[in-house]
Amino acid sequence: MMDPLILARLQFAATTIFHYFFVPLSIGLVVLIAIMETLYVVKGKEEYKKMTKFWGKLFLINFAVGVVTGIIQEFQFGMNWSDYSRFVGDVFGAPLAIEALFAFFMESTFIGLWIFGWDRLSKKVHLLCIWLVALGTTMSAFWILAANSFMQRPVGFTVNNGRAEMNDFFALITNGQLLVEFPHTIFAAFATGAFMITGISAYKMLRKQDVEFFKKSFIIAVIMGLVSSLGTALAGHSQAQYLVETQPMKMAASEGLWGESGDPAPWTVYAHIDTEDQSNSFEIKIPYLLSFLSYSKFNGEIKGMLELQKEYEQTYGPGDYIPPVKTTFWSFRIMVAAGSLMILLTLYGCYLAWRKKLDRPNTWFYRAMLWSISLPFIANTAGWIMTEIGRQPWTVFGLMQTKDSISPSVTSGQILFSLISFSTIYTALGIVMVFLFLKVIKKGPNAVDVDHDDHGSDPYAKEGYHAIS
Amino acid sequence: MLSLNELWFVLVAVLFIGFFFLEGFDFGIGMSTKFLAKNDTEKRVLINSIGPFWDANEVWLLTAGGAMFAAFPNWYATMFSGYYTPLVVLLLALIGRGVAFEFRGKVGHEKWKKIWDIAIFIGSIVPPFLLGVVFSGLLKGLPIDGEMEMKAGLFDMVNLYTLVGGITVVVLCLVHGLLFAALRTTGSLRERARKLAHKLLIPLAALFVLFAVMTYFQTDIFKVRGLILGIMAVIGVICFLLAGRFIQVKRDGWAFGMTGGLIALAISGVFVGLFPRVMVSSISEAFSLTIHNAASGSYSLKVMSIVALTLLPFVLGYQIWSYFVFHKRVHEKEHLEY
Repeated sequence: MMDPLILARLQFAATTIFHYFFVPLSIGLVVLIAIMETLYVVKGKEEYKKMTKFWGKLFLINFAVGVVTGIIQEFQFGMNWSDYSRFVGDVFGAPLAIEALFAFFMESTFIGLWIFGWDRLSKKVHLLCIWLVALGTTMSAFWILAANSFMQRPVGFTVNNGRAEMNDFFALITNGQLLVEFPHTIFAAFATGAFMITGISAYKMLRKQDVEFFKKSFIIAVIMGLVSSLGTALAGHSQAQYLVETQPMKMAASEGLWGESGDPAPWTVYAHIDTEDQSNSFEIKIPYLLSFLSYSKFNGEIKGMLELQKEYEQTYGPGDYIPPVKTTFWSFRIMVAAGSLMILLTLYGCYLAWRKKLDRPNTWFYRAMLWSISLPFIANTAGWIMTEIGRQPWTVFGLMQTKDSISPSVTSGQILFSLISFSTIYTALGIVMVFLFLKVIKKGPNAVDVDHDDHGSDPYAKEGYHAIS
Repeated sequence: MLSLNELWFVLVAVLFIGFFFLEGFDFGIGMSTKFLAKNDTEKRVLINSIGPFWDANEVWLLTAGGAMFAAFPNWYATMFSGYYTPLVVLLLALIGRGVAFEFRGKVGHEKWKKIWDIAIFIGSIVPPFLLGVVFSGLLKGLPIDGEMEMKAGLFDMVNLYTLVGGITVVVLCLVHGLLFAALRTTGSLRERARKLAHKLLIPLAALFVLFAVMTYFQTDIFKVRGLILGIMAVIGVICFLLAGRFIQVKRDGWAFGMTGGLIALAISGVFVGLFPRVMVSSISEAFSLTIHNAASGSYSLKVMSIVALTLLPFVLGYQIWSYFVFHKRVHEKEHLEY
């Protein structure tokens, strides 16, 4: 039988990565939709209502998958990681409970009011509902990141009765880690929504379908995309600097830095990493850049993994404290590359919008924007892999290791069962979701809703369908 | 005065009562789509009757889970790892059901709808059953050792007693849901819902009596809290009789209130019986988890109390408002979202 620890980690990684495809897209889309509905209420133009409804359809499909995959997230701490839950529940449980109480209730109630309330609520109250959904999703991110930040940099607790007990709630929610992690993550989520809309709009403009509608959508989203991509990068910069102080091992691993960096420290673009030999056989470096990234100045040294390993052994006792270096190194680079591309693309998109050049063919650029829908997903995933893998061997840095976190009473057979069934249902959900997204996009904003037709048995025979397919 | 540990025990109970009261009727609606609706339109009327609510109703379960994690981490850890396999099945059922509401109407094809109809039915009948099994297991006792680890085999979790518990919860949710349908639909659908609810009252009563008798022999809760449970049982009988009467005179709202009362009594009965334990150990009384040995520290409980007691009134406020906004019945001629 396989090791339950490996299976449990695999399940956590698989379910979390999958869940996190939908979460940032929901957070980003809902803000953009709220902006569109605000334009509708303020300007009173029907086209903004159409915009709200069209992008709203995609949002709702995505939201549903995000919600149901989120239930597993809350349950699996207790199911697979019961020793972790016992040890940190006193501290870690609080933000999770508050997330449910504050954010989940808000988003779920007001999403119901928003979907079903178009004819029953006044325009302004209806608008308020979508903004409250947006607030709920954003607050949800805040509280879950407060919990995650505790794992990266535990604060506001003391170890008592053999477990971590909270003694300063305020410290927990003003955790320096949270203050850099939250803006970084939330901007990235806004960018994810923005790139979905710019990508689909670019595709529709390429196909010359509803060009005016998609041009307007594109402009709103591309501005949002630029602002949030820049915001993500800036917040990421401060997050990296924070990392140097609080989790130097993760920083060193993400640089593939075994020995000393030297002063000033260069940034490694490419390295051929040999984890057995604990050295790199080939490297491409940009001088000064790592010093700048770490300290915002052109000098300063970074500690290497080998020295940190010695320090950690003294502090925490014997053990291997070096995380999987290659994964940390490359996920960081993939994230940065995707993020940089996002900035360049939206910058150019904003330039085109500003110079009123969106009506030109722009073929290569629109194609690029279509493919770029994937960029924020790649960056988000890589970012989380770097954060969570780079923290290993710890679940809570300096406090509890991953191998000590697992449920002692759960067998590998049970975890295998859940891993296989969750993966299967997630794969099916993913396929269905892509199918529904394509269907909505194909139909476009002007299609009449013919799906629910009780009088005809074959909805595909309807004109409304043929007109757009 | 309640101690903080007692307050959190009550709050967790309240969250579960809220969950079963609210999600109970939309589980019931989900089940009834299978046999109450005569055609696709009626199915959609039923689904739309819970359309604006089901998601928020489900959050009560998430919040209850979160509250257990924060206030009683050992309870959360023991129960969720101990009941591993049933919870996996529960999650799969809830996932299928949740997306089914959103996905069902997106494609007009018959087969497509059929798939999601199955997901809605299974997703509405399996969770109340499993939760009934789990909650009766808490009362009956589970093999929890001195390390608070629950190592339960299949028959520790699933046995005659817990099966009866599971079936009782399913039928209770179904009747509750049918009365909700009577409250939110019109015409012949409404009549049929009411009629079926009436028909199911006797079987439901029989299940309740059976479960109570088995509880008397299988658990210690009547010995520990006989008086208060006795009083609750009497109130339960009154709710029952009134529910029957209200259905006969077509006062659907009042009848729905009575089945809601039954749910509240049943769930609080579990918690009254458990108190001050949260999970009974069948190995040794000393190994039972209680509101003391399973709880977070007093600082954490205090912070969480302030947060919860501040937020709950707002949550209740806007949720009640949402029911007020959608108080009108769902007509098949109007625009149906799902």
